[in-house]
Amino acid sequence: MSELTLLLIRLAFLAVLWFFVIAAVGVIRTDLFGSRTAPAGPRKSAKPSKPVAKPKNKKGEPRQLVVTGGPLQGTTINLTETPITIGRANDATLVVSDDYASSRHARLFPQDGQWIVEDLGSTNGTYLDRSKVTRPTPVPLGVPIRVGKTVIELRK
Amino acid sequence: MSEVAASPIPMPAKRRGAQLAMLAFAVAIVMGAYANVGLAIDGQIPSGMLTYGLSLGGLMLAAYLVLAKFAPWADPLILPLVTLINGLGLVMIFRLSESDSTLPSAKLASPSSQLLWTFIGVLLFSLTLIFLRDHRALQRLTYTAGALGLFLLVSPLIPFLGQEINGARIWIGIPGLGQLQPAEFAKLALVVFFAGYLVAKRDVLALAGRRLLFIDLPRARDLGPVLITWGVSLGVLVMQKDLGSSLLLFGTFVAMLYIATQRSSWVIIGILLFAGGAILAGMVFNHVQQRFEVFLNPGDPVLFDAVGGSGQLMQGLFAMGSGGILGTGLGQGHPEIIPLAFSDFIFAATGEELGLTGLMALLMLYALLVERGLRTSIAARDPFSKLLAAGLSFLLAWQIFIIVGGVTNLIPLTGLVTPFMSQGGSALLSNWILIALLVRMSDAARRPPPQAIQNEGMTQVFQR
Repeated sequence: MSELTLLLIRLAFLAVLWFFVIAAVGVIRTDLFGSRTAPAGPRKSAKPSKPVAKPKNKKGEPRQLVVTGGPLQGTTINLTETPITIGRANDATLVVSDDYASSRHARLFPQDGQWIVEDLGSTNGTYLDRSKVTRPTPVPLGVPIRVGKTVIELRK
Repeated sequence: MSEVAASPIPMPAKRRGAQLAMLAFAVAIVMGAYANVGLAIDGQIPSGMLTYGLSLGGLMLAAYLVLAKFAPWADPLILPLVTLINGLGLVMIFRLSESDSTLPSAKLASPSSQLLWTFIGVLLFSLTLIFLRDHRALQRLTYTAGALGLFLLVSPLIPFLGQEINGARIWIGIPGLGQLQPAEFAKLALVVFFAGYLVAKRDVLALAGRRLLFIDLPRARDLGPVLITWGVSLGVLVMQKDLGSSLLLFGTFVAMLYIATQRSSWVIIGILLFAGGAILAGMVFNHVQQRFEVFLNPGDPVLFDAVGGSGQLMQGLFAMGSGGILGTGLGQGHPEIIPLAFSDFIFAATGEELGLTGLMALLMLYALLVERGLRTSIAARDPFSKLLAAGLSFLLAWQIFIIVGGVTNLIPLTGLVTPFMSQGGSALLSNWILIALLVRMSDAARRPPPQAIQNEGMTQVFQR
C-alpha cells in the first residue's frame, strides 16, 4: 500500500464519518428546525381513507394541543379527529399525575370543525379560562383550560 | 421548555426507511474501517472483515426487525447511532489485537469476545422490547428496583462472590462464565427507582421551603433523599474504591432531582455535598489523593513512573497529540502503547488514529444519541416516562463526560467505560438495555393518540 493511497483512504474515512453525522441530522431536521413539507405527505395519504368527510383544515381550526403549565409543560399533542381524554388513568391520552385531577377528568372532542371540552364528572372541576365547565363548551384558540395543576390550550 | 411548545411539531412519521438506510450506512462505515485497518497493517483486506461485518450487519438487521415489529413508532436514529458507535469500538479493539507488539494492550484486546458480547447485548435489547410492552409497568416496581439496585451495588462486597481487580472491588465472579460488574446494572435499576420516587414526591421537594437571597431553599427534613444517596455514593467510593460509579450515581440523582423540581438549589446543594465529600475522601484515603496529584501534575517524572501514576494518562495524551487534527489513519499509529487502550482509554486510542476530526464526529454521534433521548423525554406524555427518559439520557451523557474528561485530563481520571466502545461485557449489556428502554419510551411518545371508535360522540372504547 502506498502512502498516498492510505492518505486518501484516511481522509475519505473521516469525510464519510462526518457525512453520517450530517445525514443523521438530516433525518431529524424536522425536529430541530420545524418542517414545511415533510408532515404534509403522510397526513394527506391518511386522510382520504377516513370514512367521515370533514372540512379540511379550515382557517382558524386548531392543529395541536399544547400543555402550557404544570408538570407536563412543553408536551404537545397533534389533533386528529380522535377525542382526547385527560386524567390520571393510564389509558388517558394525556396522563397527568396530579392530586387535584380525577382518573377521567375531562374530554376534548371535535364537532363541526370546533373542539369541545367536556368535564367527565371530575371532583375538582375543569376550568375554561376562569369559568367552570358545566356542560360541553366550545374551546376558542389560545384560551387556557385548567385541569388540576395542568394548563392546556389549543393552537394552530 | 416553552420554546418547544411554541414551535410547530409535525405529526411524527415512522421513518422506517430512513432508519434502515442509516443502519446500512453505519454497517458500511464499520466494514470500511475494517478494510482500512487491514490495508494499513498487512496491505490486504483482512480475512475477518466479512465475518465481522456480516455478523454485525445481520445482528443489526435482526435488532431492526424486532424494533419494527414491537416498537414501530420508535425514534429512527437511536439504533443506527448505537450501531456505528459499537462498530467503531469493535474496529478499534480489532485493530489493537492486530498490532504485532507484545504489549498487554495488544494481547488482551479480544475482538471476538467483544463481538460475542455485542451479540448478547442485542439479544437483551430484543428481549427487553419484546417483553416490556409498556414501560409504565416499571413504575409499579419503583421500590423493588431501588432494593435491587442497592443489592447489586453492594454485591461485590460479599465474601467469595466479589473479586478485586486493578484495585477496585467492583466485580463478582460467576463460576464458568467469568466476571461481571453488577454496578453497571445497578445504575439502570437506580434510575428507574429515582424516576418512580421523584414522580411521587416531587411536589413536596419542589414547593416546600423558603427563599433566601436568590435561591429557594428546601426544608431541612426534605434533605433526606439527597443525603441518603450522597451517603451511598460515598460508601461506594470508600468501600469499593470506585470513584467513577460514585460520581455517576450521585450526579444522575442530582440531575433528576433538578429535572423533577426545576429548583436550582438542589444542584447547588448537590455540588456542595459532593465537593465536601470528595475533599474529605481525598484527605483520608490514599487512592483518591493519588488521583488528584496525577490530575494536577501529570507531567511530573516521578509520578509518571510510579505504579498507578500518570503514565497511562500521559500516554493517552501523547497518543492524541500524535494524532493531531486528521489522525495517523486507522492501523498506522501505535495506540497499543497506551495501557488499557482497549477499555478505559479507547477514546485516546481512537483519537490517535482518527485525530481531532474523528473524535469530534464520535462525540457528535454521542451527542445526537443523548439528544434523541432528551427529545423522547420532552415528547413523553406521562411524568414517569419524562423523568425516566431524561434520567437515562443524562446517565449516558454524564458517563461520556466523566470518561472523556478523565482521558483528556479535564477532570481527575476515574475508571469508567466509554459506552458501547470499551471492551467489556457488563457495560455493553447494560447500555443495550438502556437503549431498549429509550426505544420503548420513544415508541410510546411518538405513537399517535389511541384511536377511539366513536358512537355519536357519547360512548368511546379505547384500544391500546
